[in-house]
Amino acid sequence: MDLNFSPEEIAFRDEVRAFIEQNYPKHLKGKVLREDLSKEDFLAWHKILGKKGWSAPAWPKEYGGTGWTATQRYIWLEENARAETIPPLPFGVSMVGPVIYTFGTPEQKQRFLPGILSGEVWWCQGYSEPGAGSDLASLKTRAVREGDHYIVNGQKTWTTLGQHADWGFFLCRTDPNAKQQEGISFLLIDMKSPGVTVRPIKLLDGGYEVNDVFLDNVKVPVDQRIYEENKGWTCAKFLLAHERAGIAGVARSKRNVERLKAIAKAETGDDGKPLIEDDLFQRKLGELEIDLASLEMTELRVLAREQAGKGPGPESSLLKVKGTEIQQRLTELTLEAVGNYAQPFPRGLGSNEFAVGPDYAGAAAPVYFNWRKASIYGGSNEIQRNIIAKMVLGL
Amino acid sequence: MNFDYTEEQNAIRDSLSKWAAQQYDFDKRRAALASEDAWKQNWATFAELGLLAAPLPEEFGGLGGGAIDVSVVAEEFGKALIVEPYIPTVVLGAGALKYAGSAAQKDEHLNAIAGGERIIAFAQAEPKSRWALNDVSTTAKKDGAGYVLNGQKAVVLGAPQADHLLVSARTAGGQRDAKGISLFLVAKNAKGVSTRDYPTIDGTRASEVYFENVSVGADALVGGADGALPLIERIVDEANAAYCSEAVGCMRMMTDLTREYAKTRKQFGRAIAEFQVLQHRMVDMFMASEESYSMALRATIKLGESEQERAKAVSAAKVSIGKLSRFVGQAAVQIHGGMGVTDEMRVGHYFKRVTMIDATFGNVDYHLRRYIALGGEARAA
Ligand SMILES: Cc1cc2nc3c(=O)[nH]c(=O)nc-3n(C[C@H](O)[C@H](O)[C@H](O)COP(=O)(O)OP(=O)(O)OC[C@H]3O[C@@H](n4cnc5c(N)ncnc54)[C@H](O)[C@@H]3O)c2cc1C
Repeated sequence: MDLNFSPEEIAFRDEVRAFIEQNYPKHLKGKVLREDLSKEDFLAWHKILGKKGWSAPAWPKEYGGTGWTATQRYIWLEENARAETIPPLPFGVSMVGPVIYTFGTPEQKQRFLPGILSGEVWWCQGYSEPGAGSDLASLKTRAVREGDHYIVNGQKTWTTLGQHADWGFFLCRTDPNAKQQEGISFLLIDMKSPGVTVRPIKLLDGGYEVNDVFLDNVKVPVDQRIYEENKGWTCAKFLLAHERAGIAGVARSKRNVERLKAIAKAETGDDGKPLIEDDLFQRKLGELEIDLASLEMTELRVLAREQAGKGPGPESSLLKVKGTEIQQRLTELTLEAVGNYAQPFPRGLGSNEFAVGPDYAGAAAPVYFNWRKASIYGGSNEIQRNIIAKMVLGL
Repeated sequence: MNFDYTEEQNAIRDSLSKWAAQQYDFDKRRAALASEDAWKQNWATFAELGLLAAPLPEEFGGLGGGAIDVSVVAEEFGKALIVEPYIPTVVLGAGALKYAGSAAQKDEHLNAIAGGERIIAFAQAEPKSRWALNDVSTTAKKDGAGYVLNGQKAVVLGAPQADHLLVSARTAGGQRDAKGISLFLVAKNAKGVSTRDYPTIDGTRASEVYFENVSVGADALVGGADGALPLIERIVDEANAAYCSEAVGCMRMMTDLTREYAKTRKQFGRAIAEFQVLQHRMVDMFMASEESYSMALRATIKLGESEQERAKAVSAAKVSIGKLSRFVGQAAVQIHGGMGVTDEMRVGHYFKRVTMIDATFGNVDYHLRRYIALGGEARAA
């Protein structure tokens, strides 16, 4: 066993670091993720990586992956976090892409994978419905076969960034009489199809990142169904496990710890000394760092398993729970760090916007509130614990 | 021992909650937040209902009540998420005048506060002071009979609505010296006072306030020169006790709303309230609300005791309510699932409010440190 990088891995790290340094768009440096990024901002780095062939490192090489080892992928994520790049969104690269190359026909692979890799096509995830959240398999959106089309009716919700999406992958019920999981199909829907309406939902931080999606007699060609009819649940489960692994966000959290430290250096603590020297604050920061180290080591173990050819299993639930708890604690500590400047919310003034207090303070509260989502989405943390209880502990 | 509220206190609670149910429901509140001057109407109602007069002395238009009356009002404010600057005006502004104002100041301002014609905001915190009450860089230099004020105050809650500002300023000593701080009551429209107004994330309003060569007469001084810190500590303790009661109102609502939601939201063919892990979390929310009420009440009752007892009880309440309200807020949102993070649901707004109460006049760490410095319970024995 060895936790050190080999000389080749160090050379690789230097290579990707230099590539990021030279190619990451200057105007996007330091743009905090949550600040309302435009569609172009979200896609800029993705498109550059697409040209380089680095937009989907985890994919098999034959479909456009990089062929990197798990360690190299880990280094890649670290370096991107370090440079605070805006990463490719997960919906194409980490979610529907793997479903398509795993379950799709050759034609489907040819048709959809290139747009995912290049960043030309924006994907959104149409799983959840108002009545089907944790109990996803109870979804009601109906797809009725008519010749070589499905006619889709229903409502999806919480569709992240659906307002920008070109395409969406949807779970729809094709057999209402079968057992819940057995009557679902996985459909790819062009968001410009007649009958698709996207309505934004305002979140408690004032932002708009999720949407209701209404499907009203939407015509979907049968060749946009992935895998067999009524076998969509297989794709869905496969995808959920992938989604969870990525959700731990270790590299980003490490970067955010550094950000937090910089804030704590700039802030004055209660006793007049820099906050970073405050014993109560130090204790919380120290505990957070230790828990993050533990999560990182656990993630590396899971990665090593994957490298050995065992796909992500129920352990990914552990990464999701611990990863999101750490993300949330980080937002909590950042909120504490900025003191009473957590309160101003000039964003509410719209065009008269001005910064109040230090420039790092403005986002602290909105991010804290917004990030409560992390223990809810991707399968809530209660559901993850249920999975571990059942699948790992056999309870 | 007696834990009963007086008839007057019960009457205040009832009339306020009845009014809030009709005139300050979630939609009306939302509309009021978006409007520039809807608060004026509400403020006039507070005067009519006697909320503003409740804790003020009878000789100056008040009803002669005290901190318990304020806690009753504050808890109802919490339940209805009322954002108008009641505590800044009635506890901080009126408090300073009540304890240290001259007869003339009391006569002029307390009567006006009771009648709803005066709103005061406490310009205390500064950009670099965090919550330290002794950290004052704003200066008030003697100039003939009066003073000249210079400096910046940060996140002054209620300043956009206020017509007067209670200002802490340094008349002597260094930036963090306990001695040398004085309090002034300054008209917001005085020459040299300017503000940048903004909403806070929980829907209240605040300002950055700038003083540029603001000349005030000697009669603007509240209490003696140089020795205002103990008075500031006192009114801030009283404000914190009231904020704790407000937080309790929020916590009770989050607990209730979450219970109702869990009973109606169905997943896996049953109400999510049937999942034991959620039941236990809701039980913890309930227990947290009860403990918080106890601590808020304890702090309120002890406001009248010695300086040390008062300060310890208030800091103890801020510590436990800071922690417990965070737990309740996070649990309420979590149990609501995706709905919990939407602007449409009320829980999120209560969660924002309790979080900002923690960030007002000292958070958990600040008050834990203060509590320990005061000798905790051990040394008091
Ligand atoms: C910001 C955000 C972005 C999202 N993006 C997307 C997206 O792009 N596409 C998409 O399809 N979905 C998305 N989701 C939806 C997300 O997957 C759901 O919110 C999630 O599955 C929970 O469902 P729900 O909100 O209906 O909560 P519910 O299922 O109603 O859960 C409410 C509460 O009950 C608990 N609970 C439920 N069942 C059990 C049980 N058996 N045992 C114990 N506790 C239980 C939950 O943990 C939760 O605390 C997003 C959600 C959010 C908040």
